Amino acid sequence: MRRSMVLAGVLTVATVGLAQGADIQVEDAWSRPALAGGTGVVYLTVQDVGAPDKLTGASTPIAAEAQLHESFVDHGVAKMRDVSSLPVGPGKPVTLAPNGYHIMLMGLKQALKPGDTFPVTLTFANAGAVGATVTVRAGGSVMGHSDMNGMNMSAPMQHQTTKP
Amino acid sequence: MSTSSGPPRSGLVYSAVGLVVAALLLGAGAFVWLNGAGRGGSLIGGPFTLEDGNGKSISDTEFRGKYMLVYFGYTYCPDVCPTTLNELADALDHLGAKAARLQPIFITVDPKRDTPAVVKQYTAAFSPRLLGLTGAPDQIAHVAKEYRVYYAEHRTGPGPNDYSMDHSSILYLMGPDGRFIAPIRADQSGTEMAAEIAKLMS
Repeated sequence: MRRSMVLAGVLTVATVGLAQGADIQVEDAWSRPALAGGTGVVYLTVQDVGAPDKLTGASTPIAAEAQLHESFVDHGVAKMRDVSSLPVGPGKPVTLAPNGYHIMLMGLKQALKPGDTFPVTLTFANAGAVGATVTVRAGGSVMGHSDMNGMNMSAPMQHQTTKP
Repeated sequence: MSTSSGPPRSGLVYSAVGLVVAALLLGAGAFVWLNGAGRGGSLIGGPFTLEDGNGKSISDTEFRGKYMLVYFGYTYCPDVCPTTLNELADALDHLGAKAARLQPIFITVDPKRDTPAVVKQYTAAFSPRLLGLTGAPDQIAHVAKEYRVYYAEHRTGPGPNDYSMDHSSILYLMGPDGRFIAPIRADQSGTEMAAEIAKLMS
């Protein structure tokens, strides 16, 4: 009797854990070329189709440390400050993109070249650890306002979805 | 002896000369003001001596006859600097033939970590045309002051290398005579940068 209860409990926890992980979808995780020993970056979009959550950190085996940061310009001066958490919820994705939120990779253990891929683990307050694969891009341009003239903005953008 | 009612002729001559001199001074003043303040001129930029990626001493005079596009940043910057330099490289492509008359220059505000070897590798990744410069702290301080660039360490941890740099983030377009032409925003696309720069290059 006790053993089946334990089993039921384990199964429940496992199912709940899986469901929480599946609520978080990491899309379009990309990085830039970087020098070994130097600093790297990860940009990505997080969709949350489940309960509201918070992105609280990141880690990767290819760098000594990974931190959540925000770039901003203060009276013409570019600054970067660490971010303790980023809220995410249904219909409220969080996007890490150039000149804004990003994951800073410090002490890169390898050079990053276009086409390389590496794993990153995101930590969420509720969902826990969620993994993603990051692709190093050669360019990854910022799209300016004038570049968007003539673009069909009503068509949905194609995302490469990475499920944990 | 004069019986006319008008002023003596010598007085007229002096007044005329005075007016001409005043006009010349005003004109000269306007010229200086327009070049000094209206289009930046001597208020931004100036002579510098720095070190290139091979440790060789480089003076600003090497670039006379070419436009310079100068950006101050640091190689341990994860986001703003790579983003800007990536767009700058893109801008060079969009400039076409004009790019040959433009020298893009990256000057580090973090000479402690950005040694010549580091700077050389860093800039090469964005474009073979991008020249990376570093130097002794006082050389960097001097050129930053001339370009009115603010930069400061922001500590991020207890270790000696645990810091990021706050820094002015603007591209400076300098003319073939070395004088400042205009600032170019760093946070825009390469296409937008190229359009602005092309308009300013004669």
